[in-house]
Amino acid sequence: MLDKYSIARRIAKEIKDGFYVNLGIGIPTLVANYIPESIDVTLQSENGLLGIGPFPLEKDLDPDLINAGKQTISMTKGAVLFDSAESFAMIRGEHINLTILGAMEVSENGDIANWKIPGKMVKGMGGAMDLVSSAKEIIVAMQHCNKAGKSKLLKECTLPITGVRCVKKIVTDLAVLEVLPEGGFCLLERAPGVSVDQIINSTEGKITVSSNNVPEMGLD
Amino acid sequence: MANKVVKDADKAVEGIKSGMTIMLGGFGLCGIPENSIQALLKLGAKDLTCISNNAGVDDFGLGLLLKTRQIKKMISSYVGENAEFERQLLAGDLEVDLIPQGTLAERIRAGGAGIPAFFTPAGYGTEVAEGKEIREYNGKNYLLESWLKADFSIVKAWKGDANGNLIYKGTARNFNPMMAAAGKITIAEVEELVPVGELDPNFIHTPGVYVQRIFQGDRYEKRIEQRTFREN
Repeated sequence: MLDKYSIARRIAKEIKDGFYVNLGIGIPTLVANYIPESIDVTLQSENGLLGIGPFPLEKDLDPDLINAGKQTISMTKGAVLFDSAESFAMIRGEHINLTILGAMEVSENGDIANWKIPGKMVKGMGGAMDLVSSAKEIIVAMQHCNKAGKSKLLKECTLPITGVRCVKKIVTDLAVLEVLPEGGFCLLERAPGVSVDQIINSTEGKITVSSNNVPEMGLD
Repeated sequence: MANKVVKDADKAVEGIKSGMTIMLGGFGLCGIPENSIQALLKLGAKDLTCISNNAGVDDFGLGLLLKTRQIKKMISSYVGENAEFERQLLAGDLEVDLIPQGTLAERIRAGGAGIPAFFTPAGYGTEVAEGKEIREYNGKNYLLESWLKADFSIVKAWKGDANGNLIYKGTARNFNPMMAAAGKITIAEVEELVPVGELDPNFIHTPGVYVQRIFQGDRYEKRIEQRTFREN
């Protein structure tokens, strides 16, 4: 089973040279640490920045420079700032190559639920609905099962959804899966030491395997 | 040209009355009109509908106006950092309208740009789409969203001049430029009020045509919500 850092490391391998990428809060934020220096990737922050750099030194903290998680950040050389309408224009206009975000549930047809638990305090969807409705490519980073041990890869989402038929790929602590165009999860890779049976048993939605010999994911 | 410069925040918020709709710029605590919020506390106008991406924190930003119960309704995309907000909401004392962030930004932009409605994919198939007109374009479904306008918009900029021209700094720009255009009366508070002609016209973000009142804020605390830094 992978820890959250290894999930982030595996997802980083999906990012290609020249990509503009939006990273959500949680595991997706960690992905930035594993992007190889050999490729040129621009990170978008939906509050109005292309070119998120590393966290600043304490002496350089700037309250006027934060990411969508409200953390203080720095800018890369060549970064650009803009307003929120422009930011979501580039998101809805499909100019961002890849969106990586967390989820509470994903259904076998690619629906995602990650913003609201009925009966609990509703904090709001932020930019998640805009991102999932428009991203060219969406990768979900999450645990395969919730804390109660129940699968988060379902036939249908039980929680209020954030978007329909939008998730293409999922990286969990157990596996890499894709959502097939006709519906259903397809197992592409398994985490080191995890069996195909274990993954199938942990998946409530329809699942097929890509081959008789599902490879272990490479994390280097 | 009519003089847009007012003495201070108290003068700037004159005319804001109970029951009005007000837009306030900012993302989290970044780029919020701190001085005008203090003036609104003093002014005491109640039953306000506030359009702002977030609702501040317990003791700063819009959280201050929540504490004094001056806000009747919040229109926002994310309100998760405020315990007082949660208490009032669960008690039924506060209404909230949650809107996808891009839709919120575009509805405000539309309000200032004279576009009454537009179609967006955000929220299709979710509870956000309930009761809204759906239309298909090129095989994809979109929902109809309408403009937002305000009696007063209050924005915060880095530099401004007496004509109301504004320049923002960093990610403190966020919702401020669209809100500046969507208010019947727009108040701009700036860190530095400079002489007309000093701002380079090539680099002005908000043209002064949208701004009716401008003043230099007395003091900016610029509180940080998530203080994150690296060691070396």
